[in-house]
Amino acid sequence: MKKETVNVRNATENPCHMCMPMGGILPFKGIERAMVILHGSQGCATYMRRHIAGHFNEPIDVASSSLNEKGTVYGGEGSLKQGLDNVRKLYNPGVIGILTTCLAETIGEDIDRIAANYVDERKPGNLTIVPVSTPGYGGTHFEGYWVTAKTIVGKLAQKTKKHRKINIIIPNISPADIREIKRILHLMDVEYTMFPDFSDTLDRPFEKPYLKIPRGGTKPADISRMPGAPATVEIGITVDDSVSPGKYLEEQYGVPLYRVPIPIGLENTDRFIEVIRKITGTPVPESLELERGRLLDCMIDSHKYNFQGRSVIFGEPELVYAVSATCLENGVFPVVVATGTRNRKLTALLKAKSAACPVEPHIINEADFTQIREMARQKKVNLAIGHSDGRYLTEKEGIPLVRMGFPIHDRVGGQRLLSVGYTGTAMFLDRITNTLLENKYKNYRSGMFEKFYHASNE
Amino acid sequence: MAAIPLNDVEIKEREKSIVIKGKQKKQLICDTESIAGCVSQRACVYCGARVVLNPVTDAVHLVHGPIGCASYTWDIRGSLSSGSELYRNSFSTDLKEEDVIFGGEKKLASAIDQLVEKYRAELVFVYSTCIVGVIGDDLEAVCKAAAQKHGIEVIPVQSSGFIGNKAAGYRAACDALLRLIKPGGRQVKKREKCINYLGDFNLAGEAWIIRNYLRQMGVEVNVTFTGDSRYTALKKAPEACLNIIQCAGSMNYLASKMKELFDIPYINVSFLGLEDTADSLRRIAEFFNDSEITRRTEELIRSESARVKLIVEGYREKFRGKKAAVYVGGGFKAISLIKQFREIGIEVVMIGTQTGRKDEYETINELVNDGTVVLDDANPTELERFMTEKGAHLLVGGVKERPLAYKLGVAFIDHNHDRKHPLSGFVGAVNFAEEVYSTLCSPVWKYVR
Repeated sequence: MKKETVNVRNATENPCHMCMPMGGILPFKGIERAMVILHGSQGCATYMRRHIAGHFNEPIDVASSSLNEKGTVYGGEGSLKQGLDNVRKLYNPGVIGILTTCLAETIGEDIDRIAANYVDERKPGNLTIVPVSTPGYGGTHFEGYWVTAKTIVGKLAQKTKKHRKINIIIPNISPADIREIKRILHLMDVEYTMFPDFSDTLDRPFEKPYLKIPRGGTKPADISRMPGAPATVEIGITVDDSVSPGKYLEEQYGVPLYRVPIPIGLENTDRFIEVIRKITGTPVPESLELERGRLLDCMIDSHKYNFQGRSVIFGEPELVYAVSATCLENGVFPVVVATGTRNRKLTALLKAKSAACPVEPHIINEADFTQIREMARQKKVNLAIGHSDGRYLTEKEGIPLVRMGFPIHDRVGGQRLLSVGYTGTAMFLDRITNTLLENKYKNYRSGMFEKFYHASNE
Repeated sequence: MAAIPLNDVEIKEREKSIVIKGKQKKQLICDTESIAGCVSQRACVYCGARVVLNPVTDAVHLVHGPIGCASYTWDIRGSLSSGSELYRNSFSTDLKEEDVIFGGEKKLASAIDQLVEKYRAELVFVYSTCIVGVIGDDLEAVCKAAAQKHGIEVIPVQSSGFIGNKAAGYRAACDALLRLIKPGGRQVKKREKCINYLGDFNLAGEAWIIRNYLRQMGVEVNVTFTGDSRYTALKKAPEACLNIIQCAGSMNYLASKMKELFDIPYINVSFLGLEDTADSLRRIAEFFNDSEITRRTEELIRSESARVKLIVEGYREKFRGKKAAVYVGGGFKAISLIKQFREIGIEVVMIGTQTGRKDEYETINELVNDGTVVLDDANPTELERFMTEKGAHLLVGGVKERPLAYKLGVAFIDHNHDRKHPLSGFVGAVNFAEEVYSTLCSPVWKYVR
């Protein structure tokens, strides 16, 4: 059997990934009345707040234990406890997530013990503290997101009486996407517990007075009842079992697990709706059938334009898979597919999915943008789909970028990008098609003139 | 407006860093470590070092550590280059678990090899991050060996995040620059009417704007620290006859060292606002005590002021009765902003910085009106509270502060390293007034008040 090639290089040049605690912040922001504190030096929290705020255009409050030299040498327990005290004073949260950083992990901080000790000492009443180990060197923000989601479920879930609410586990998608999934579930008359749910907390309406912790998010009590659900639908087919909240609920409490891709694209949305239908037995409402028909109409209207696209797709594995699948069903063939993390599932899934594709996608695990650029040039890519760092491909290679995923910090509206479900897919596909058309018209006259007028005069 | 009872500040330890002008005699305490759990807006030592050094355009900037530190700082700033674009890349050793266990020295050495061979750089800065010191990597030794191997300069930057606050990072960057510019036995030939410009990072071409003013005065810029600077130009830094410093927080240390080592005198300047720009240009001219330079300087100030003064003053009427809050990185910016707001008829009612120094806070205290809240190392809770209590219509700040202002229904000025428009000099003063107008007088606010 061919061994999986590991992407070896000594220096990463223009990264396509971020660190674990960055990913860990997001699930906590999807819990009602939750705050996060990073155990490490002050900069980590500030950099991540800046990055997340740039994407969502929302205030992102993340505390830090602000470890200094003394804390690093003699242990940061005192700093972390003081940090917890102050977070409670300032925010009065119901849940505090503690995420570690490279520094805390390297000096060997035992945050489980410190947290337990804190609760014993302070007796903080109705406060739940969830410590999560997220060393910056241990993986990317993708693993950070999932290990945090799993740890939260592990901490809060309790053996409960059976109930009717299906668990829906949400990956790192936009608040608009989360709201769209809710709308579809409402149309199908499904009762559910959605976790994490940052659709309101990271995309809140303008309202007065200002609330330091925004309204919304999954209620901790609902998370604790997830073991009583009839099933879990985890939107995360590239997620490793070891960090999967759905797998945890299945193994610990016997909740049947259905794993589905992000419902972007016709097949992926069909699959999502089919799984929900199967679990609940409710028929698909006519209005959704109409939406599906409109998507089909959109796909046919645009198919010839889309066939001109040769795409490079990059970002988190879960999103990369869904986007690649959408491109495959529309003829915008993905010729380069890259993720900053190492994900065996993605490689296998993509190979299977693209078996009938006339061009074989070149898949890069643990990619950086220098490699992505090189491969995009070799494969004559004319369209990039991914987060804002792909602007590098536009600047260096003139490849237009359809912004998608996280982070989008050089344009507004990352939080409002709608791409899931039949309607969202049509909107996403329009963004792709229109980018191809814009590029075509930009170069059409000069291109043909150069190619044929000059050629005939030679 | 009633006095703000400071005794109900939520965190007791924060009280000493917040004062109200005229209300209390107490001295504001600054340059302290941030308090855990307060949600400080400050970054870390690495951030301070990276901000200062990154505009060196033809250097390899290699971050030795796990990926985050490099990832969050990839080409996020608006520093412009007239030559190499190498500085706009983000290079990292991307340390993984096994490196943390077995040490990252080998990987670092190979990373330098890879980058130097590929990009043919003459200068490499290697930034230390939090864990480098903890896992015991000998940065000095690896850099020294790499420098010898490639015959170039490889300079370690001691910027582990936890060894202090952002200001400690400025110092680490200055130490790295000092290593670079020390002549090491070479004879230094002084160049007349030639100055170094410290503390301008050429955001949106600001260093170029000032260079052009100086040129019109008959003064050449030797090298700018560090906006649009290059290896060879930096090496010639000791040849200047004067250092002018704008961003004092980051560069005063380097200037005082250069005075000590190369006998270069320095003066503090600021090119933010009409008043400070004219005043700074005059003080530079005074230094040369040359009638031709003085004449040309006055001519420049006259013609530029005539061009922009009416535009700026035209806005005053529109801003009548408006109040501003300021929360920025350094003290010089805060001081200039008070004056600049005064030029357009706006009162500053709250002002703070991440890394201001004692003397800068003293100046701030002299400049602001009674009742103004002055605070160091503020957090979102305090910003929200004092902006609301003081009735600010506008906040000046960075990316993290922007959404807070907007959620409070308050206008916002981007005075950060991300911005893509110059705020320096006469042209910058016009841009500033226009930006204030664009946000303060936008029609959107009438729907939310």
